[in-house]
Amino acid sequence: MTTKTDTTAAPLEAPVRRHPRSRWRTARSLGRHAMLIAGSTVMIYPLIWLLVSSFKPNSEIFRDLSIFTLDLTTENYANGWNDLQFPFGVFLLNSSIIAFGAIAGNLFSCSLAAYAFARLRFRGRNVFFAIMLASIMLPFQVMMVPQFLIFKELGWLNTFLPLIAPKFLATEAFFVFLMVQFIRGLPKEIFEAARIDGAGHFRSYLQIVLPLIVPALATTAIFTFIWTWADFFGPLVYLRLPESWPVSLALKGFLDAQSSSDYGSMFAMSVVSLLPMFLVFLFGQRFLVKGVATTGIK
Amino acid sequence: MSSLGELRNLAVRRRKGKARAKEKYPDNKAAYLFLLPWLLGLFGLTIGPMAASLYLSFTEYNLLQPPQWIGLDNFTGMFGDERFWNSFRVTVVYVLGGVPILLALALGLAMVLDKGMRALSFYRSVFYLPSLMGGSVAIAILWRQVFGKEGLINGVLGWFGVDGPGWIGHPDFALGTLIVLNVWTFGSPMVIFLAGLRQIPNMFYEAASIDGAGPIRKFTSVTLPLLTPIIFFNIVLQIIFAFQAFTQAYVVSGGTGGPADSTMFFTLLLYKEAFNELNMGYASAMAWFLVLVVAAFTAFNFWLSKYWVFYDDKD
Repeated sequence: MTTKTDTTAAPLEAPVRRHPRSRWRTARSLGRHAMLIAGSTVMIYPLIWLLVSSFKPNSEIFRDLSIFTLDLTTENYANGWNDLQFPFGVFLLNSSIIAFGAIAGNLFSCSLAAYAFARLRFRGRNVFFAIMLASIMLPFQVMMVPQFLIFKELGWLNTFLPLIAPKFLATEAFFVFLMVQFIRGLPKEIFEAARIDGAGHFRSYLQIVLPLIVPALATTAIFTFIWTWADFFGPLVYLRLPESWPVSLALKGFLDAQSSSDYGSMFAMSVVSLLPMFLVFLFGQRFLVKGVATTGIK
Repeated sequence: MSSLGELRNLAVRRRKGKARAKEKYPDNKAAYLFLLPWLLGLFGLTIGPMAASLYLSFTEYNLLQPPQWIGLDNFTGMFGDERFWNSFRVTVVYVLGGVPILLALALGLAMVLDKGMRALSFYRSVFYLPSLMGGSVAIAILWRQVFGKEGLINGVLGWFGVDGPGWIGHPDFALGTLIVLNVWTFGSPMVIFLAGLRQIPNMFYEAASIDGAGPIRKFTSVTLPLLTPIIFFNIVLQIIFAFQAFTQAYVVSGGTGGPADSTMFFTLLLYKEAFNELNMGYASAMAWFLVLVVAAFTAFNFWLSKYWVFYDDKD
């Protein structure tokens, strides 16, 4: 199986003639669309409800569950932004630092490892490759306690380092696999030509492979962003001080502090925290779909 | 080809004895240089910690005093603990209750969408979006309200005159809401199925047509057999992911695993033992138990795959 996903040609349809069978086909197609639209609505409705509710006055959110209303206000956003100990911008900044650090780490370390696995012949390659693939499936809980002890010894608690540094050591193996798949798909002649021109492996990595696997790098960057942005467990373990919270922990802070019933501001900040993920999804969809298709990652 | 397919190929090639022992390794030095970060991570953050947590699982360790060797006490304590078995049961119900529905939906919708229909990419996006956001705290917060006493679900039930309970706060239903949340994220396996369907060469269908096969026969004799490796891949990975679910149970239950421990996932109990009770030894024992259970499920899946997964091996 290759990585190409759009190789099948559209089936050739016979010229449309008006006879009962084609009318039946139209009806069936309409039925299918009706079903899909109903399904899409069910899937997406909670998200739309969240968005609309975040603009409703607090007293209205649960009194009227519909999304059709003109009674809208932005005060939830103004309130929610300053509801916690620090303005929400601090948490957004923390999340961004962690996300971009993780992206840099994954791009650097995974592409190096992928080049070796895809292009080089060395002792132990099959064994290491199998270990790398198997590590994708390993539950992280089994490394959790010792890793915590290591980072504690290093004095890294309440810093972003435990969440960023491991990415520079290619611990997210699915990205290695993704890039290996991509490099294998490149035409062999390019590497031949480079070798004849006297390029060593480092130059061939830097000047041939990296520019040619930009789509795989983009996929890696986008997935890393979405996963670290949503990550809850890592921050929960390593970041105890509110000034170091990313958005995931800040939202949990809303839940913990939820003595009254200020759902509006909690919804508003939930929307704020989802917005970057949504934008990345919107503009990076092409790469996401391709990445999922090639490696079967989440 | 998927990562599982690769693993299987490596195993098959080894069995066939094709691995040439006398092969030259011209790139040894460069390769280990390129692999240096990965190797450091492998030994420093994966294999080393795995060994350390195996050792800790035979000790009592609370971070303050050095670890004390206590033999199998953590394991015997675990197996005699009602809470441990409860969390295990909750997790297995979550996995076996959600994953089959999730995969059936994913496959079904992929089949519908594969017909080269109009607006394909629109539908694909709509179904895929929840699987990207489903793991976030914001969605868990939303879920608490959707399934709350005054939430969306009860609003809809109200049209039919049904007065629904507070699903999140009810011990019989809380786990169900988390299973629904997991099913809601069927978009990513759906995209994998779609890619798999696209790779079935059209000539197979043409040949089947010439042999007089109808749509049902084409599905059972062409589509399904050729898709089995991908179905297998999705089953294995979704089970592994579901066993490790944490965030949603934590946030939806407010960190308690309640009501009445009905959403006390295995990973949640493990987290509490490690970081609330500081029973690092006991938590390590639980983590190794989890690894063995996941490995057993995976091995069972591989064994079962011999009977239903179709591999088109030509070499």
